[in-house]
Amino acid sequence: MQKKATGQNLAANSPVPTSPEAWLHPSPNGLYCAAGKFHIDPHSPVERAIITHGHSDHARSGHGAVLATPETIEIMKVRYGANAARRFEPQTYGVTTNIGGVLLKLVPAGHILGSAQVVLEWQGQRIVVSGDYKRETDPTCAPFELAHCDVFVTEATFALPVFRHGPADKEARKLIASLGGQPDRTHLLGVYGLGKCQRMIALLRAEGYDAPIYLHGALVALCELYQRMGIELGDLRPASGAKGEPLPGALVLAPPSALADRWSQRFADPVTAFASGWMQVRGRVRQRGVELPLVVSDHADWPDLVDTCLATGASEIWVTHGRDDALVHELGKRGQHARALALVGFEDEDD
Amino acid sequence: MQRFADLLDSLGTTQSRKRKIALLVAYFRTTGDPDRGWALAALAEGLPLRLPLRRTLLELMAERIDPVLYKLSRDYVGDTAETVSLLWPEKSQNAPPPNLDEVVAGVSGVTAAKFRPLLSGYLDRLDVSGRFALLKLLGGAPRVGVSSRLAKTAIAEAFDRDVAEIEEVWHALAPPYGNLFTWLVGAAPRPDTTHVAVFRPLMLAHPIEEKDLEALDPAAIYAEWKWDGIRVQLSAAGDDVRLFSRTGDDISVAFPEISAAFHGHQAVVDGELLVIRKGQIAPFNDLQQRLNRKVVGPKLKRDYPAHVRLYDMLIDGDDDLRNQPLSVRRARLIAWHVRTAPALSDVSSLVAFGDFTSLGRIWAGTRDAGIEGLMLKQKSSHYLAGRPKGYWWKWKRAPLTVDCVLMYAQRGSGKRSSFYSDYTFGVWRVTADRTRELVPVGKAYSGFTDAELKDLDRWVRAYTTERFGPVRAVAPGLVLEVAFDAVHKSARHKSGVAMRFPRVHRIRWDKPADEADTLDTIVALIA
Ligand SMILES: [Zn+2]
Ligand SMILES: [Zn+2]
Repeated sequence: MQKKATGQNLAANSPVPTSPEAWLHPSPNGLYCAAGKFHIDPHSPVERAIITHGHSDHARSGHGAVLATPETIEIMKVRYGANAARRFEPQTYGVTTNIGGVLLKLVPAGHILGSAQVVLEWQGQRIVVSGDYKRETDPTCAPFELAHCDVFVTEATFALPVFRHGPADKEARKLIASLGGQPDRTHLLGVYGLGKCQRMIALLRAEGYDAPIYLHGALVALCELYQRMGIELGDLRPASGAKGEPLPGALVLAPPSALADRWSQRFADPVTAFASGWMQVRGRVRQRGVELPLVVSDHADWPDLVDTCLATGASEIWVTHGRDDALVHELGKRGQHARALALVGFEDEDD
Repeated sequence: MQRFADLLDSLGTTQSRKRKIALLVAYFRTTGDPDRGWALAALAEGLPLRLPLRRTLLELMAERIDPVLYKLSRDYVGDTAETVSLLWPEKSQNAPPPNLDEVVAGVSGVTAAKFRPLLSGYLDRLDVSGRFALLKLLGGAPRVGVSSRLAKTAIAEAFDRDVAEIEEVWHALAPPYGNLFTWLVGAAPRPDTTHVAVFRPLMLAHPIEEKDLEALDPAAIYAEWKWDGIRVQLSAAGDDVRLFSRTGDDISVAFPEISAAFHGHQAVVDGELLVIRKGQIAPFNDLQQRLNRKVVGPKLKRDYPAHVRLYDMLIDGDDDLRNQPLSVRRARLIAWHVRTAPALSDVSSLVAFGDFTSLGRIWAGTRDAGIEGLMLKQKSSHYLAGRPKGYWWKWKRAPLTVDCVLMYAQRGSGKRSSFYSDYTFGVWRVTADRTRELVPVGKAYSGFTDAELKDLDRWVRAYTTERFGPVRAVAPGLVLEVAFDAVHKSARHKSGVAMRFPRVHRIRWDKPADEADTLDTIVALIA
C-alpha cells in the first residue's frame, strides 16, 4: 500500500550504489520499476500502472490500479468509461508518495492537461520519466517544470534538427486571417482530439476570435471536460447539430480521420487546415492534401529536446519513442551518455 | 523574395486551377519589375542558370551541421532545398532579404568559387520559406503545379487581355519580360515579333450536333479528315523554326527533323503531327514515343518517322492570311507547298461529297487507319483564335463502349479530395485453369454528374475490401459502361491493351458484374 512520504530529502547527493537499470528497465509491457513493482505507461493491462498523460498510446484501459494526476484520471474516464481501471489513485503535482520504498512525485510536463513527468527516487538515485513534454507555453495546461536527476527518460517525437517550431499564436493568427479572407468557404481544421483541439481553441480565443466554433462529434466530450476543469473555450457548438448545413465562413474542428470522410462533404468548398508539428515538412502537407498547414506542436522541438536533456544534469539519457538515432547522436557529441530504449507500442503522436 | 516565397507556399498547397490563377493574378498585379518577370520565368519554364547548386549546398552544410544529422534530416524530408531551408542557422541581422533581381543579377555568370559566399550571404538574410524559395529559384523548376499555359492565362487575366495576345508575343520575349509588362501596363507599344518564330493561337472546332447539320449548306462547307495525331503549328522565320503544340508549348526539340525540313521558310502553317511508316499512319501510341523527349537519336527518328500533314496557312511571307477566307488560305497553302516543297510534309486533301447523308456514308465506308473523325469548315471562315462558334465542327465517330467492373477507387484532389472519384475498372478473362478473373483495363475520372459521384462514393465506401493509402479495393459488384475513342495493344499493361480517353458513359446499377464484358471483346476492337 502506498503511504504519504513526509520529510524525505529528494535531493540525490549520495553516491550511486547500483546501476539505474537494476530498478527501472524496459519490459515487454513497457517501462517497469522493479523496486516499486509498477509499470509506467504500459501498453497492455498490468497490476499497477503510473500514467503520464491521457493520450491513447500512454493511457490504456484494463489496469488494476492507476496512479495519475486527477486531470488524467478524468480524461481516462471520459475516454474509456468509469471502469477503465479497477482502482484510481489521483495524485496532484508536487506531492510525494512512497511505493514499496520508491519515492514518486508527479510534476507538470506541459504537454496536455494533466500531463506529468514521473520523478522516481530510490536509494539515492533519481530518475525522471518525462512522458511527452513541451517547453512552449500552452494556455490549457501547467508549464513544464525542470527536475534535476541522474537519469532522464525522454521522448523523441520531433528529434530531428529540421523541427524548429515557431510560436503557436502566430499560427492562430494565420488561421484567423484565412477565415477573414475567404468568408464563403468553411475552414475545416484537423486536430488531435485531446490537447491540440482545446489548445487551438484557446489560442484562437486569446487572439480575439469569438465566433462560435463547431465541433465534430468525436471532440465534444473532451472539450466539455476541459471546460469543467476551468479552461475557457468560449462558444462551442456541435457541427452535427447544424445538420447538413454547409456553414460557409465558419470554423469546424474535426479529428484528422474525418477530414477525408463523407462527413466533410457537406461543407462549403472547405479549406482543409491541419494543426500539427508535422506540418513543418511539405511532404507531410502534400500527403494529407492540406491547404492551410499550421505548425503547432504539443511536443518539444529539436532545440528544446537537446536543451532539456542537458539542463536536467542527468548523466544518462534514455530515449523512449520517436526518432531516437539523431538525439542519441547529438547528446553523445555533447558528452552526455544517451541510449535508445526502443520501447514498442507508441505512435507517431501529434497527428 | 518574401512575396515570391509566400506565392510558392500558397501555390504548393492549392489544388484548384481557378485559385492558383487568382494567387498569380494578385502577385503579378502588385509586384514590381523586374521581380515579377523573374518570378514568371521561374514558374513558367525555370531560369536557365546552370549553377553548381547541389555541390555548393553540400559544402556549405558540411561547415554548418554534423553530417550524420544532415543525412538523417535529408532522408526524412526527401528534398535537398527544403532540408537546407529548415536546417540553415537563423541569423538575426539587419540586412534586408534580397529581391529576385538582386539574386539573379548576382549569380549570373559567376564562378563556382564566387557563387559559394554569395549563396550563403543570401541564405543568411532569409527565413525558412524565403530560403526555400531562393533555392527553388536557383534550382530551376519550383514544381508547384504551374504550367506555362497557366502562367500565361494568369498574366492575361491580371492585365485584362486575351490569353491569345500573350501567346502571340511570348516566344519573342526573354526573362525578365520587361517589354511584356511595360506593354501590358500601357507604358510601351506591343513587343516586336518580326524575325521571330512566334506562336499564333490556334483555331479550334466544336463537336457537331444534329441541328448544326440541318442548318448548314453543303456547298459552303469543306470536309476533310481529322487525322489521329497531335495538332501543331509550324512557325518558320528563316533560321528560326519552331514546332508548337496546340497550347503554344515549343516541342521543336522532340522533332528536330521537322524543324530542319522547314528551315529557311517564311511561313506559319497549321497541321497534324503524325508518325508515318511506309505511307501508313502509325497508331497514336507510336507518336507518344516521340513526345517529351529532350534528346532524339537516329534510332528514334528511324523507328518513329515524323511527318506533318497540313490543314491551313496563317502567314505566307509577309502576308498575314488570317483575315482571308479559308478558301483563299487553302489555295495559298497548296501553291506555297508546290513552290517550296518542304520535306516530311504534305497537304491534307478534301473529301468530296454531295450532301451530308452521302458524306456520312462515305465516312461509314472508310476503314483507313489514322482517321479520328471528319472536320467540317465554312469555306468563308477567317482564322480566329480560340473556339469561335459557327465556323468549324468536328464530327467524331460514336465512341466505343464496353461494360467493365469497378475494381479500385482512389480519392480525388482539390474539391474532390473527400470523394472516391478516380476509378480503375476491369473486364473478365478466362485463366489457364478455366476460372474467370478480373483484369484491369483502364482508369476513368469523368463522365458522371456530381449526384452520381456521391452515389459512387457511397458505394465504394460500402463495398471496400482492402485499403492502400488513398486507394480502396472494392468487391466486384458494380458495372460501369465505359466509353473510349480507341484501344490499342500495350505491353505496359497487364491486360495487354490500353484505351484512349476512357470515361464513364453510364453507371449500370442494374447489371450483374458477372455479365460484364470479357477481354476478348476489347481485343476485337483494336483498330
Ligand atoms: Zn502525448
Ligand atoms: Zn507519446
